[in-house]
Amino acid sequence: MYFDSFSEFIAMGGHGLYVWIAYGLTAVIFIFNLITPIFKRKRLIVEQTRQLRREELHASNS
Amino acid sequence: MWRWFHKLGSPKWFYAISGRWLPWFAVAALLLLTVGTVWALMFAPADYQQGNSYRIIYIHVPAAFLAQSGYVMMALAGAVGLIWKMKLADVMAKCCAPIGASFTLLALVTGAVWGKPTWGAWWVWDARLTSMLVLLFLYLGVVALQSAFTDRNQAARASALLSLVGLVNIPIIKYSVEWWNTLHQPASLTLTQKPTMPAEMWVPLLIMVAGFYCFFTVVLFMRARVELLDRERRTGWVKDIISDKG
Repeated sequence: MYFDSFSEFIAMGGHGLYVWIAYGLTAVIFIFNLITPIFKRKRLIVEQTRQLRREELHASNS
Repeated sequence: MWRWFHKLGSPKWFYAISGRWLPWFAVAALLLLTVGTVWALMFAPADYQQGNSYRIIYIHVPAAFLAQSGYVMMALAGAVGLIWKMKLADVMAKCCAPIGASFTLLALVTGAVWGKPTWGAWWVWDARLTSMLVLLFLYLGVVALQSAFTDRNQAARASALLSLVGLVNIPIIKYSVEWWNTLHQPASLTLTQKPTMPAEMWVPLLIMVAGFYCFFTVVLFMRARVELLDRERRTGWVKDIISDKG
């Protein structure tokens, strides 16, 4: 371990603000990239399920 | 060879194989990123000139690598789609764009946050920074073009052309620190020379780069799979998947 204490680790030798902003933004970008396709997939499945059900109803009615 | 090529272009085959590979890439990304981040933040020694602010390098450099290789991949996939009319290549090119744009933005923003304590300014109109900003605009241009057409083939063609023209920017980014007298420091990692940093600094950097690439593969596959389901929604195999989940 390079740092002697937890508070020193947070302070990053006075550059804590910059380091933590950078790592925080990285977390945001990663989460954005993970969440977008998950939501898209959910929405697509809901839409398509509804569509398929509609088509089935239509087919059984005619 | 040609049979393999056709198989690779088949959406159903890609959907199946990417589903099998995805968990492995996800595990690799998680492991590499965890080890890399802990090493980078807690164990790597401080830089003798920049102190602890240099720890931003562990996300800045991998993000910039990804931004550029994501762009090259998008342009190549676009070219394959243009020449061989391969559906899967169009899907890949489309899915690269938003991910690549997000990593370009990350490289720019982490660079700004690193520049403030190191250079005393958030932003300078330096050749490296400016050419990376151009890269971001190229990505955003492709994202915009992809959604500007109702016809998918037209969208793919226009985006592929733009990304191929924009490819000229990639060597400009790479050599910007050599061609112009810039504030940006030259490359820390190169394929041809021994790193100028000690091993306890560059090993975690290499781990982070590998982790970022695995993460890129994971999110690219996730996006491509949703895009394929959407495009192939009228086919039997997609209907089967949908009725399984619904």
